Amino acid sequence: MRVVAVTALSKRFGEVRAVDDLTFEVGQGEIVGLLGANGAGKTTTMRMVLGLLAPTSGRALIEGEPVGRVDRRRLGYVPQGLGLYRELTVAENLRFSAEAFGTAPPDLAAEGLSEYANRKVGELPRGVTRRVAFVAARLHDPGVLILDEPTSGVGPLGRARLWESIHLVAETGTAVLVSTHHMEEAEECDRVVLMAQGRRVATGNVSEVISGLRTVAVVAGVTTARLDEIRRLGGTVLLSNDGWRVVGLPLSVVSEVVGSGTEVPATFEEAFVALSA
Amino acid sequence: MSWGLSRVTVRFGDATALAGVSIDVEPGEVAIVVGADGAGKTTLCRTLVGLEGIDGGEIRRPDRTGFQPETSGVWNDLTVMENLEFVAGAYGLATDPARRRIETLLEVTGLGGARDRLGRQLSGGMRQKLGVAMAVLSDPELLVLDEPTTGLDPVSRLELWSFISLTAGEGKAILVTTTYTDEARRGNSVLALDGGRSLASGSVAEVIDAMPGALFESARSHGPSSWRRGRTWRIWSPEAEPVPGATEVSPDLADVVTVAALAAEARR
Repeated sequence: MRVVAVTALSKRFGEVRAVDDLTFEVGQGEIVGLLGANGAGKTTTMRMVLGLLAPTSGRALIEGEPVGRVDRRRLGYVPQGLGLYRELTVAENLRFSAEAFGTAPPDLAAEGLSEYANRKVGELPRGVTRRVAFVAARLHDPGVLILDEPTSGVGPLGRARLWESIHLVAETGTAVLVSTHHMEEAEECDRVVLMAQGRRVATGNVSEVISGLRTVAVVAGVTTARLDEIRRLGGTVLLSNDGWRVVGLPLSVVSEVVGSGTEVPATFEEAFVALSA
Repeated sequence: MSWGLSRVTVRFGDATALAGVSIDVEPGEVAIVVGADGAGKTTLCRTLVGLEGIDGGEIRRPDRTGFQPETSGVWNDLTVMENLEFVAGAYGLATDPARRRIETLLEVTGLGGARDRLGRQLSGGMRQKLGVAMAVLSDPELLVLDEPTTGLDPVSRLELWSFISLTAGEGKAILVTTTYTDEARRGNSVLALDGGRSLASGSVAEVIDAMPGALFESARSHGPSSWRRGRTWRIWSPEAEPVPGATEVSPDLADVVTVAALAAEARR
């Protein structure tokens, strides 16, 4: 079932098209990743889906209703800034959120947060504050959970645990829209929507997005002048641990400039760079 | 000569920020320090460049070091050019060589077109590249970059890594901290840090080989020694005993760092 339906959504700020004709859906129990460079329009899209920002044109529907008419309790949101009160303790922050949504405060022990209950949020490591924000956002059991870069600054174990929680929430039927610009996290999503300059440039699961995209591997021994020539022709030159790799140009063109090259499948990161260019 | 720390301990009151941590940073190479927020990465950087005193161990530091703090070090109210000129002045660099070096750095970082833009008007990627350019301007032998890629998108991140690799190619010893294990493969060596302690160190291959026990993959969770990775679960068996219904897999760096963090958690 479609829970979030975004159709031809656009947002202009003066002359800037922050989001341009964007269409995508998030189904029940589905995790959809919004991927894009800084400034690609991810946060603006999320804010329109949440009804916090009016679109210039197009629409965002939640379970078939315009977002402006949707009961706020159906939406959960963790903004990049986390939206917690730094001067309040973990328990106070969560009690505040619970009361605002007319629900019971959470069981801190079950959330693994008892040891931090009486600590001020402003004094805690980022990984812990992210968990608190995540608990606050789903206290009222929302049908839609929107997470803006939820794992930024969190270490590997913390990130694995956070994704575990995101999957558990999705398994209860919640539709999850999550933004990230870490390519290794794209694999955690059922589908990704790749954005560049406000537009959707690709969508599908990770293997669908990279299928058919090739990279030309140009191993060591290439002069800077030749790499500059490749850039001038529209290729993107990336440094990898085994030499240079070029995306965005066919093998024939690269071989002509540098005298050699092998075609290899693109990594997701390289596909992203090629599609964002 | 390699730079770095040998068994360094740093305490802040009762809290131990670094506990006997060692790291080598070789000229022409990039050493990566990976760890979560609060792992001790910033303390390690500040200690290495001489901004924190030590309670034990030894520091090997050259006369000229460059440091980019986590906040990028860029002044918001100065233009790109003014930021670089200010640093050149602070180091007492002679006008003409400094100007030539600034022009080279502007070209390499792709910031030439933004020279008159204020620090506050730069995108995250431009800001970090300017921060690295400022840290490298005085031609340091050792360059220390604290989380230069946090918050950057893949395109900016790849550009920044290219710049870092080119700088290492000039013979500089570089230390870079990150929260992302996928970035560790861009370095020559890696140190995984957790709670101020070294979890694992060496080349990426050495760190992976040194993982105790064995790693398995399964379609479902297997309790506290398991964690989710994409569609499947990873299970760590400390004694390398087979896990029923799971297949043994070769770990990558993210798995090994997660295992080390699990083991450290179990010891606490």
